[in-house]
Amino acid sequence: MNRDMFLELRNISKRFHGVQALSRVDFALQAGEVHCIVGENGSGKSTLIKIISGVYTPEAGGEIFIDGALQHDMTPGRSTHLGIQVIYQDLSLFPNLRVAENIAIRHHLEPGRLMVKQKKIMETALYAMAKINVSLDPERLVEKLSVADRQLVAICRAIAAEARLVIMDEPTSSLTRQEVDALFAVVKDLQEKKITIVFVSHRLNEVMEIAERVTVLRDGVKVGTYDAKEMDDRKLSYLMTGQDISYSTVKPEFNLDRIVLEAQGLSKKGNYRDISFRLRAGEILGVTGLLGSGRTELALSLFGMNPPEAGRILVDGKAVNLTTNRQAIAEGISYVSEDRLTLGLVMKQSVGNNIVLTVLQRLLNRLNLIENKKREVFIRERIGDLHIKVSSPDVPVNTLSGGNQQRVVLAKWIATRPKVLILDAPTVGVDVAAKAGIYDIVKRLAAEGVGILLISDEVPEVLSNCHRILLMRKGRVVGEYLAAEISEKELGQKINEA
Amino acid sequence: MKLRAGRFLKSTEFYLFLVIAGIMVFLTVLTEDFFSVENLFDVLMSYSFLGVMAVGLLVVLISGGIDISFTATATVAQYVMATTLIRHGGGWWLTFLIPIAIGITLGAMNALLIYSLRVHSIIITIATLNIFYGVLIFLTGGKWIYNFPDWFAQGLSLFDFAAASGKIYSFSLSIIVLVAAIAITGFILNKTSVGRQIYAMGGNTEAAKRVGFNLLGLHFFVYCYMGFLAGTAGLVQAQLVQTVAPNSMVGRELEVVAAVVLGGASLAGGAGTLLGTVLGVALIAIMSNGLTLMGVSSYWHQVVIGLIILGSVSITAFNRKREEKRHAGIEV
Repeated sequence: MNRDMFLELRNISKRFHGVQALSRVDFALQAGEVHCIVGENGSGKSTLIKIISGVYTPEAGGEIFIDGALQHDMTPGRSTHLGIQVIYQDLSLFPNLRVAENIAIRHHLEPGRLMVKQKKIMETALYAMAKINVSLDPERLVEKLSVADRQLVAICRAIAAEARLVIMDEPTSSLTRQEVDALFAVVKDLQEKKITIVFVSHRLNEVMEIAERVTVLRDGVKVGTYDAKEMDDRKLSYLMTGQDISYSTVKPEFNLDRIVLEAQGLSKKGNYRDISFRLRAGEILGVTGLLGSGRTELALSLFGMNPPEAGRILVDGKAVNLTTNRQAIAEGISYVSEDRLTLGLVMKQSVGNNIVLTVLQRLLNRLNLIENKKREVFIRERIGDLHIKVSSPDVPVNTLSGGNQQRVVLAKWIATRPKVLILDAPTVGVDVAAKAGIYDIVKRLAAEGVGILLISDEVPEVLSNCHRILLMRKGRVVGEYLAAEISEKELGQKINEA
Repeated sequence: MKLRAGRFLKSTEFYLFLVIAGIMVFLTVLTEDFFSVENLFDVLMSYSFLGVMAVGLLVVLISGGIDISFTATATVAQYVMATTLIRHGGGWWLTFLIPIAIGITLGAMNALLIYSLRVHSIIITIATLNIFYGVLIFLTGGKWIYNFPDWFAQGLSLFDFAAASGKIYSFSLSIIVLVAAIAITGFILNKTSVGRQIYAMGGNTEAAKRVGFNLLGLHFFVYCYMGFLAGTAGLVQAQLVQTVAPNSMVGRELEVVAAVVLGGASLAGGAGTLLGTVLGVALIAIMSNGLTLMGVSSYWHQVVIGLIILGSVSITAFNRKREEKRHAGIEV
């Protein structure tokens, strides 16, 4: 690996209002390598990227070299000029414009350009797409594309801007497995063209597949840069958190006799077909499968928000008709949605207000007004119970970390004393260390007799938490496994089988 | 090409076109006067200044903002123009220059406030509407102006022709300005770099900033262009009615907003076409005219316009829902 150095950072520090975001970091990128930056939230990943792209200026003493030349004043304009392109998680595309115009957007910025040359825009777009073997309809509006295709548009735009370094922030977070494979193929193409790639990712196992080297950051300090071949999930987690985290695979015993939730032949056209299963009190049942396998649609049906067209749902052996989520809640079913930011929490409201949201009726006094004392006691109990780290129940939820936010969502639903708790991707965007805390809560609830349906595409997560796992593919249940009898690798393969 | 035609058949413009055609047939059958050169020309003349403002508002909406203050801008512009002409005299060039300069200046104030305060443009322009209009009324006492010079009353005209009744019609100032406004706006939006940047900014402001667009410059362009057209519309309206009455335009801004939104422009920014806007204005113009011809009280006009807006917005929402449903399905 004796390649030219594209970029080198020396002794980079950055402080914000007294918080040390980065401290004496050295970092180097070889031309044409695929490099991964990993670290927990707040470890300094995004600060580092913003220094590379010229958004932030490092403290005095830090040096940035590109192609061996010291850069004195990096600005976003300068970094673009040097061939550095950042693809943010939100992709920063223009949904209302055509694919071609998005790719060639810099056409409008050429100095002295008054008139648009459609032909030139098209040429630029086709050239960029051809360069990485992508074919999209250049006339389509970007808003009509899938997330995966939008990502390709963003990459093509970087190519069209003559990128030599492409930094991708969490590129795989909303892609299915096949789409991730397609993305990685594109990354390989870029690499052949001597373009350097930097990934910033939470998903460690994916990172390991594609990266050649990995740099780990923790609390603003670089832990080290490692050869990806020598790394695995566990080692990386250790480096990221500084603690050896292993998820307990011990599972609570459950009651074989009491079936809290049963599905009999549920079908809904375009969603899922012929789904039957039984969930017992205290059992943790995993539902896994690719994005689009129908798992979330099924969960919504069980929560009354997407009524099935055929089949029956039984709660505690009694057939129920769930057409709204209010009915589901009344039957003792709770649902923690995949998208906690938009659906699970009122972000600007306080932690306390979020927790009591589902149980306001229980906190009323004789005048049917909320009794403050009851409310406060209740909130304090829940916060203590789930170890939510907050200075006060009055701080807004959006100031908390992902792990703590997820605890608030759980607290909100646990407050309803559910019989069945449906968890949809409960640890997406949650740090490695915080995941373990959430798993503990889930297992404790199960031990208390709550039936839990855990929907997740993270294999280690379902294996270490669930008693039993249902595998869904294209809307059907195609397999049922006991967690004790299947290995991580086997299950991973089965999920990705076409 | 086939694809294009298919897309057009599903577009807002096509629906509007059908609705307008339907209403025109209905009115032609029901009233004697509707389908005549005289009437259609009158409608065109009396709505052209609203059309000019609508075209300007379209640009603002595409950019992701909104402007409510343009009727006040137009009123201030025409008032200053009229006063100057009557007191000091002047020719056509001054007649154009004054309202345009005032429009651009007031537009620039809007742009600067919206950009630097980062408050939603609807709040800023409601405030400036009140300020522009309030100051005008305070300084002038709201007096009407009539006694224009003769050459102004005559106006400008091209291609005179006689209608069946013997009355002479021509492409007058208001029609010339409307056509020019549509042509220039179409050119800017589709052919120029700044026009495409306006679409992009309306589609995703944050991304526009990251790509390196000059957002302040674009704000200035958008709101000054709106001001430019509002000033011009003020001139057109004053010439048409030969009166400047401070309260004749203020209050009609929502009618213009309605027309542009009817035409498919999105209040969220980034979407809207010139054809849609023109059809939106046409629909409202023909509707009002038809109701007048049928002898319906003018209070009902507002009810009917409200119903049309609700109806058209419902169709759009319904279509979108259907579209989403079609895409949401998973193959089973």
